[in-house]
Formats: sequence, structure tokens, C-alpha cells
Amino acid sequence: MAVTAGKMARVASRLRGGGSALPGLVVERLDPRFLTHALADLSRGVVVVTGTNGKTTTTKMLVAILREHGLTVFSNPTGSNFTRGVISSMVAEITLSGQLKADIAVLELDEAHALKFAAEVKPTHALLLNVARDQLDRFAEIDHTARLLAELAEQTTIGVVLNLNDSFVSRIAGRVRTGVSVTYFGVDPSIADRLPELQEADVRFEDDFTPPKPTAADGLLKPHDERSFEVRFGSADRVGPMVLKQRGLAAMINATAATSAARALLGDEFRNGVAVAALERVEPPFGRGEVIDADGQPLELVLVKNPAGFTVALSTYGNTPVTTMVAINDNYADGRDVSWLYDVSFKSLRGKGVALTCGVRAYDMALRLQYDEVAVARVEPDLDVALERFLTAYKDEPKRIFCTYTAMMTLRRNLAARYGLANFGEEPQP
Amino acid sequence: MSGDPNGIHPPSKGQIKVVHIYPREMSIYGDLGNTRCLESRLRWHGYEPLIHQHHPGNDFPKDAHLVLGGGGQDSGQARVQDDLAHNSEVLRELAADGTAMLMICGMYQLFGNTFITIEGERLPGIGILDVTTQGNAKRMIGPVVLDTDYGDVVGYENHSGSTELGSGQRPFGRVKSGMGNNGTDKTEGAVTGSVFGSYLHGPVLPANPAFADALIKLAVERALGEPFLPGQIDDEIADQARLLQVRRLAG
Repeated sequence: MAVTAGKMARVASRLRGGGSALPGLVVERLDPRFLTHALADLSRGVVVVTGTNGKTTTTKMLVAILREHGLTVFSNPTGSNFTRGVISSMVAEITLSGQLKADIAVLELDEAHALKFAAEVKPTHALLLNVARDQLDRFAEIDHTARLLAELAEQTTIGVVLNLNDSFVSRIAGRVRTGVSVTYFGVDPSIADRLPELQEADVRFEDDFTPPKPTAADGLLKPHDERSFEVRFGSADRVGPMVLKQRGLAAMINATAATSAARALLGDEFRNGVAVAALERVEPPFGRGEVIDADGQPLELVLVKNPAGFTVALSTYGNTPVTTMVAINDNYADGRDVSWLYDVSFKSLRGKGVALTCGVRAYDMALRLQYDEVAVARVEPDLDVALERFLTAYKDEPKRIFCTYTAMMTLRRNLAARYGLANFGEEPQP
Repeated sequence: MSGDPNGIHPPSKGQIKVVHIYPREMSIYGDLGNTRCLESRLRWHGYEPLIHQHHPGNDFPKDAHLVLGGGGQDSGQARVQDDLAHNSEVLRELAADGTAMLMICGMYQLFGNTFITIEGERLPGIGILDVTTQGNAKRMIGPVVLDTDYGDVVGYENHSGSTELGSGQRPFGRVKSGMGNNGTDKTEGAVTGSVFGSYLHGPVLPANPAFADALIKLAVERALGEPFLPGQIDDEIADQARLLQVRRLAG
């Protein structure tokens, strides 16, 4: 009954255009035990991917590696990463008796919702990415976010994969149940000086904490140049070299996390060449460095949610300056407090300036840029008006948009209609 | 200092020393932006800013003209408590002597008399502002509009402490939208002499340039013993940002 109602709600909400959590809400109301029932019998278990930055990309990469190894994987690809979003995705792929046809589930969950999910279904594995300042109006404190991840690890039954270099995450090793395996992903010591591009150093005070020594089970990122890299396990085992479609060090560390998790999950079945083939084909998720063909010129859509993420995005794209628009909203899903913009340095945008700032907080963004002496040609709070202007006035140039979550949703919907792109929730499966 | 050697810029009107207290431990909500704002505005007004960061374990600079502090996590507050106690006498002397200070959120609480935790433990503040803060389970979070001596001031609050003003303690502003000190008496922040306490992040200074310049005026007069001579600054963008928030929140 609940499944049928959910499927109907899914059709209804797609007809209305959007609202990916609605079918999940319907099922959750009708059968609160739905999740437990549907996920209980998966032979390879349930993997939860969480942390502040890189969840969507890493989940997509891990799913691709597992599928390339022949597994049937259930995931929540709609970017709707709350519990209801998981149920909504599931409704489409489930039999009427409530069984999910999959070997394994890989779920991207928001830090707070990961715990709510674990209250229903104990994850067999957890991949914990990082902790950074993000939406403090929701999570209040970064220490609190770190505690949420530790509590999730405590409820994981078979194995956890932790970020070696993020002390908030690697120290969680001491919190897992007896018998639960701990593996790590991180950066090769030779590029330790690039860690500030990936994480915030200024809010970490673990003076007494010594990071664990990596073993041959732990994957370390070793870049060869700006695009090519490998993941090293011990001194002899290398996955790569490979080149991703998504640019930047952050994408490489996400691939390292996904590779380490896949290796831990698959054990002897893991094949280096298969993992590389899968990773090299992964398209950037919507709005995460996605490149759209806009009238013959590339338009990059880059989601920015918090200081660490924006800093990484600016360092990734800073060496190729193009005509830029910045779109800042302050809805709940964006984080209602825009103070964090002052924890990001925008000096790398000085050379070319910014063509437009837009969104609900367009003027606050322009003001922030003014204090970093970055010229702003125009301020236009209305996203659709701003996009129209950006696409027509700079028609013959490569372009880039940095945007918060709900601004990205609006802009991408407009771009999808304009250029015939797939919509959210309709991402082509590999 | 006589300005730059090429003579393009006019000579500096004087040096102003700005001290950011505990930038590592107590600046989690972008309050660093207040320091950046004052540094730029001092320069735009023709003065030469000297920015000093005070970290725990060092002696507090007694030649400060303007002191800025921000909000932190509970763990950050714990890390600065000893240093603050150690330097409390210097800070009280500077405050009594008319040094301009802006303390946001956590540092505002620590500049008060007492912080009482949810468990009932009394943590002493340094008592420059006559306020007492009671920890709550519920946080007061959201955008704020205040009516102040500097016109409408906008910002963002995110605090679990509920602050009561002592009798005779002047607030920084009256709440037009938001919670303020405690969500009941419509007061926000506290002002004693040249010392300002407030819960407003945002950060508060960039979008409220009249308030930023009021702090600069106090610092200049104290540092140089002469009137503040403002330069020409185009604050159109800041004014638009503030007016839009006022219109959204306070009608």
C-alpha cells in the first residue's frame, strides 16, 4: 500500500515539476518502517557517505566503481540527500512487496540526517569525508558536526573509511565498535603543503592529536600534474594514473576517498584497471563543475556552500580566469547567514573582475567583492534577469557561475529549458 | 610616514592600531570581516591602519586604538578564558581610558559580568559591560534589524545565551526584527563609553558603514588627539545591501 501510494506521489510530483522528497514523505507517513524493511536484505550492505564537502561527487564515483565491478547498486542520485529523498529514489526501483533489487545501497546523507537514517537502518559501512564550517545556523558549531559523524561511526557495523588528514575525522577511529574495520584515505606526504586547499586549518586545535600512520590498506592521493594522478596503497599498489572529467584537487581527493572505500568494500574482487575506467567516465554532478554548452561557449556551473568549498573552487578555477557571475541566495538550504563570505579570499578574481552578482544577497556579495578590491560590473538580484544578461552580453566568451544551492537550482532549471539539458532527478545513469 | 614616495596618494593622516583579539579561536562566523572592513575604510579615509592579531599567551598591546573581538564555539571560549583573565586589567584600563572596542557574540558575553551555563555553573566575565548571560538549550538564530544611534543596523544572530542588561546599562540598539539580547525586552547589545557589545554577525561593519565610521572616529580622536577627517567613500553598494534587508525584515 505504502509503495503504491509513493509511486503515485512520485508521478504526481514529476507532473508538477520538481519536489523530489514528496513521494518519500508520502511513504514515510504510511509506513515508517519502510526503510528498514527495504534495505535489510541487501547482500553487500548499506554504505553511508557523509561529511561537509564532496558528498555528491564522492557518492557518484563510488557507485560508478562498484557498478563497473558488476554490482547492482542502489543510490540516491537526485541531490535530495535527506531520508525522505532516499525513500523517494527507492520508490522508483522497488517491487510492490517492498524489496529493493540491488546488491548494495550507497547513500549520500547530510550529517544530521545520517544519524536519523541510522536510527532506522544501521549502516554496514560509513565513508566520512571531512568537517568544515557549513551552515552554522543549522548545525550551530563545527564541534557539533564532528560529534554527529562520530555517532554515525559508532553505529556502523562492518567498516568505516576515514579522512586521514582531517583530525576531526581521523580521530573518530577510536570511537568505532570492536571488530569494525578502520581504513583511511588521504594525501601523499609529498603534497602535504597543498592541504590548506582542501580543508580549513584555523578551526582545528587538536594539539595532542597525532595522525595515524597509513598502511597498505589506505589510499593516498599522489598528483602527477594539474589533471593526472594516482591513488597509492602502500609502496607497490597503484590505482592510476588517471584523469577525471571534473577538474581540481578536490575532485582528486574525492576519487581517492571513493577508491579507498571501494577497495575496502570489494576486498580481493577490487581491480585497479576497472576502478580507473569507471572514474575516468564519471561526469561532474549537476552544478559541481558541470560544463554546459551555452551558444557554442563553455559555461561552468560551480556550487559553493561554505568557506572551505568556495576557497577550493577559487583555487581550482583561479588559474583559468573567465567571465564570472556569482549567485548568492540565503534560503534555508543555502544557509541563511551569509557572514561566511568574509572567510573566503576573492583576490584571485581581481584580474578579470566579476561581470554580475545576483540572487537574494546580490548586494552583499558585491559588497564583499568591493572589500577585496574586485570590480563588479553589475548587480542584479533577480536570477533569471541576471542569467539572461550574462548569456547575451558575454555571448562569445567562456563563462563561469559560482552559486549557492537554491540559486543553482533556479539557474539550472532556466539553463535546462534554454539548452535542452536533463533536469534534476533525471540524471542519465551510466 | 608621509604617504607613498611617488606622491600619487596623499600623505597618511596618521597611524591607527587595530587589535583583533583571538582571531583563531573567536572568529567562526565571519567576524574577521569587521577587521578587513576597518582596515580598508581607514585606508580609504586617508589613515594608515596597523593590524595586530592578539593570540592567547601574549601580552596585550597597550597602545591599541581599536579592539575587535568575535564569536566562537564553546571550545574556542575555553581556549581563551585564561588569557582573557590574565589581560583583563589591561583591557579594563584601555576601556576606561576611552579606547574604542567592538565585541561580537561570544566576546560580548565574556566582556560582561557573568556567563551562567545551562548546568548552572557561573563563569566570570571581565565586567567591562554590565550584562549577565544565561545559557539556554534553545538558540536564537536569524537575521536582525536594529534601530541604533547610527540608523538602521542589519546583521545575523546565532547565540544560545540570553543576555540581561544591568540597571542603567545602555543597549546598542532596539530590535525591529529578530531576537536581540534575550528575545523579550527588545534590547540588543550594550554600550559603555566607547565599548560596544553586540550579537550581530553579518559581519556587522561592512553593511553598516555609519557604525564602522563611528568606531573609526573614536579611534582617530583617541590616537591622534584631533578631529576625524573623513575621506570620500562611495557606500552605494553597502546602502543597497542594508536597505534590502531592512525592507525584507522590518517592512
